[in-house]
Amino acid sequence: MPMDDSVRKAILGAVPSLRAFAISLCGNVDRADDLVQETVLRALANIDSFQPGTNMSAWLFTILRNHFRSEYRKRRREVEDTDGHYADTLKSQPEQHGQVELREFREALATLPADQREALILVGASGFSYEEAANICGCAVGTIKSRVNRARTRLAELLSIGGVDDFGPDDQTRAVLARGGV
Amino acid sequence: METATTRNGKTTAKPAKLGREVQAKLGQQLRAIYDDVVNQGVPDRFSELLNRLDGNGNKDKH
Repeated sequence: MPMDDSVRKAILGAVPSLRAFAISLCGNVDRADDLVQETVLRALANIDSFQPGTNMSAWLFTILRNHFRSEYRKRRREVEDTDGHYADTLKSQPEQHGQVELREFREALATLPADQREALILVGASGFSYEEAANICGCAVGTIKSRVNRARTRLAELLSIGGVDDFGPDDQTRAVLARGGV
Repeated sequence: METATTRNGKTTAKPAKLGREVQAKLGQQLRAIYDDVVNQGVPDRFSELLNRLDGNGNKDKH
């Protein structure tokens, strides 16, 4: 497979963030690296469908995400993300930081629904715009925004970040307050 | 479909708006764990994979 030098550079340049994204998706370093390798092979096999001048990184993220999703659907019976499998694999990993705060953050992140975690990572860590994240996930921009908001709110709750002043009353409380005229 | 903004006080199940400081703190921790992986750079298996694929390509060409 002859490889254009710029393609090679772009792919290698994207590998570190693809790995970070893959680990956040599947919670397991070895599986994440396999996922990235399969992404690279798929990308090269379909390089003709890449439109020069568009964002190569976003294209690679899309391939990785779709591949993970189709694999995930296949494995659904063995691997139940929402039932704590993801959290368990994370806990079995050696602690990279030793910082309690980050360990707690990882664990809280692991309990989020996959859709929300993915949206939050793409926007909050990978640096994609809401529009790019929506393209990668194949959904509406508003859906991404809503997922990111819910992810942040849930994380803040789980980690007890921010007091009453930061949060303000939640909407139900607000509704009660409004009705009661307090 | 969820709405991102509340137009009246009656909307339920919409997350409370987080303060800027809370968002900043969450963002900082999120990037810390993400960058932890990014800073590991490109593991050898990936440069080796591309070398191998590229090598095959060159053999085909010459």
